[in-house]
Amino acid sequence: MEAAVFAVFAATALGSAIAVVAHRNPVYSTMSLVLTLLSTAVLFVLLGSPFLAALQVLLYTGAILVLFLFVIMLLNVGRERRLPGPVPAQTWVAGIGAVVLFGATARLLLEAQGGRTTAPLSEEFVATRSLAELLFSTYLLPFEVIALLLLVAVVAATWVARRPSADEEKTP
Amino acid sequence: MSPELVAALAKTGLWVFALLQVAPVMLWLERRAPAFMQDRLGPNRVGPLGLLQGIADAVKFIFKEDVIPAGADKALYLLAPALALVPALTTFLVLPFGPTVEIAGHRTALVVVDSDAGILLFLALASLGVYSLVLAGWSSNNKWSLIGSIRATAQMISYELALTTAVVCALVPAASMNLSAVVDYQRAHVWQFLTQPIGFFVFLVASFAETNRLPFDLPEAESELVAGYHTEYGSMRFAMFFMGEYMSMTTLSALGVTLYFGGWSLPFVDFSQFSGLVQALLGFGVIMAKVAFCLFFFIWVRWTFPRFRYDQLMRLGWKVLLPLALLQFVVTAALTVGGVL
Amino acid sequence: MSVPVSWYLILAVALFSVGVFGALTRRSGIAIFLSIELMLNAGNLALVAYSRQLGDHAGQMVVFFALAVAAAEAAVGLALFIAIFRARRTIDVNRINLMRW
Repeated sequence: MEAAVFAVFAATALGSAIAVVAHRNPVYSTMSLVLTLLSTAVLFVLLGSPFLAALQVLLYTGAILVLFLFVIMLLNVGRERRLPGPVPAQTWVAGIGAVVLFGATARLLLEAQGGRTTAPLSEEFVATRSLAELLFSTYLLPFEVIALLLLVAVVAATWVARRPSADEEKTP
Repeated sequence: MSPELVAALAKTGLWVFALLQVAPVMLWLERRAPAFMQDRLGPNRVGPLGLLQGIADAVKFIFKEDVIPAGADKALYLLAPALALVPALTTFLVLPFGPTVEIAGHRTALVVVDSDAGILLFLALASLGVYSLVLAGWSSNNKWSLIGSIRATAQMISYELALTTAVVCALVPAASMNLSAVVDYQRAHVWQFLTQPIGFFVFLVASFAETNRLPFDLPEAESELVAGYHTEYGSMRFAMFFMGEYMSMTTLSALGVTLYFGGWSLPFVDFSQFSGLVQALLGFGVIMAKVAFCLFFFIWVRWTFPRFRYDQLMRLGWKVLLPLALLQFVVTAALTVGGVL
Repeated sequence: MSVPVSWYLILAVALFSVGVFGALTRRSGIAIFLSIELMLNAGNLALVAYSRQLGDHAGQMVVFFALAVAAAEAAVGLALFIAIFRARRTIDVNRINLMRW
C-alpha cells in the first residue's frame, strides 16, 4: 500500500518537474511546480512528517508560488521564444551534465547507505510535540534569526520593487 | 476492507453528504431570508414556499449554453472552477464530530484524519483556494476579470494571516494542534469565544474576507467589476464557483464552531450515555446546527452592511486585524502561562 | 512492504538533476528561478528522508528553516525581477548582460 502511494506520487513529482523545465509558458511551469510540491508534501507524510507537509503546502504552494504567479501576471511575461537554428551546445552540455550529476550522486548516496535498515515509524517520531520541543530549546537561536531574516527580506523586497520617485526617473 | 478503511469512508461520506446539501439549501435561503428582511416575499412560485428553487436553478445551469471566450487559455480556464472546489472538499477531514467511540466493536475517533498537525493541514488546504481566483482571472482574457482576480487574491492572502494568527491563539490554552484536544479543553472549561473575544472577532471578520462575502465582496460585486474574476464563466462552471464558495463558508464556519463554540459538544449534556453510533450522529447534528446558524449569520451580514472599498479593505486586514490578533496572542499566552486559562 | 529510504534519495537526486538542467537551459529569468525552487525542494526531500532513517529530528528542523529561507529568497528575487523589468523591459537573461565582459 505504501509502495503504491509512493510510486504514484513519485511519478507525479518527477513528471511535473520535467514539465516545469520543458514548458515555454511561465504560468504552466508554475502550475507544474505546484503539482511537484504537492506530491513532495505527500512524500513528506509518508516519511513521517505531516507537520512539514502541511507547512510545505501552506508556505510554498500557498504563498510563494502565488507570489510567482502575481509577478508573472504583473510583468505580463510571455511565452519563451525558441531560438531559431539548431539546438545550442549549452543545452547538450547541460543535459549530459545533469545526467552525469544524477548518476554520480545516486551512486554515491547508495554506496553510503550500505545496507542500512530503517526502523518502523513510532508514534513519538510523528508527533509534532517532539519537533516543537526541539525548536524552542536546541534551535531557539536559529528560530529568532529566521524571524529577523524574514523582516529584512520584507523590507528589502518592498524597497527594491518600489515605483521609482520622480528624480530617479530622470537618470538613464 | 479493513475496519479502519470502512470507518474512514463512512465518516468522509457523512461529511460529503452534508456539504453537498449546503448549496441548494443556501440558494433558497439566500433569496428568501433577505426578502423577508427587505419586507418582500422572494421566490415562492416553485414548490411550497419556493423550496424547489434550488432545483430550478440547477436545471437552468445545466441547460445553459457553455461559452468559452475567444483567446482564453483553455486548460487554465477549465481548471479554475475545479480548483475552487478543492479546499472545501478536503478541509473537513480534520474536523472532529464526536469523542472516541466504539461502533460495532471497533474503537474509532470521530474524525477522518486524527492528526497532531490537524489545524495546519486545514489551513494548508484552505490556502490552495487562491489558485482558482488567480487562474480564473488570468485565463479569461478580460481586463475586468484580471483586476478582480488580483484584488481577490491580494484580499485572500492578506486576511489569511489574520485568520491564522487568530486560530493559533485559540490553540494555545489547549496546547495542541489537534482539534479534538481543543474541543476537549472547551468541554472541561468554557467555550473559547468567551475567553478570547478579540481573537473571535478577528476570526469572524477574516472568515468573511476569506470567502469573499459582503462586506468584503469587492472582487465579485456586480456594481464594481461586472462580476470580477468569474465574469467570463457561465452555466455549470459558474455554478462550481458558487458551490465552492458556499462549501468553503461551511467548512470555515465548522472550524470557527470547533475553535470557539465547543464543536460537537453541548454545555451540560453528557454524550457518553448513548451508544457509539448515536453519539456520532448526535455530535454531527450539533455541529451542523451550529454551522447552520453561522451560515444564516453570513446571509444576515450580507444584506445589512455596505461594501468595503479596496483600500479600506487592505488597510483593515493589515493595520487593524493583524495587530489585534497579535495582541490576543500575547494576552492568551500570558494568561496560559500564568495558569488562568 | 515499507519503501526503502534509498528510493526517496534517488527521487530527490532525480528532481535535483532536472532542476539543474532547467537552471542551465532556460532563458526566462522566472523559469530559472522555478528550477532553483525545484532544486531546493529536492534538497528538502533528501533531508526528510535522512531524518526518517536516522530517527533524528534535526533533518526536519533544517527543512523548516530552509522553507523560511526559500520564502525570503523568493520575495527578494521576485522584487529584483520587477526592478530589472522596469529598467530593461525584459527578463531574458541573455539580454541582461551589462556586467558581462
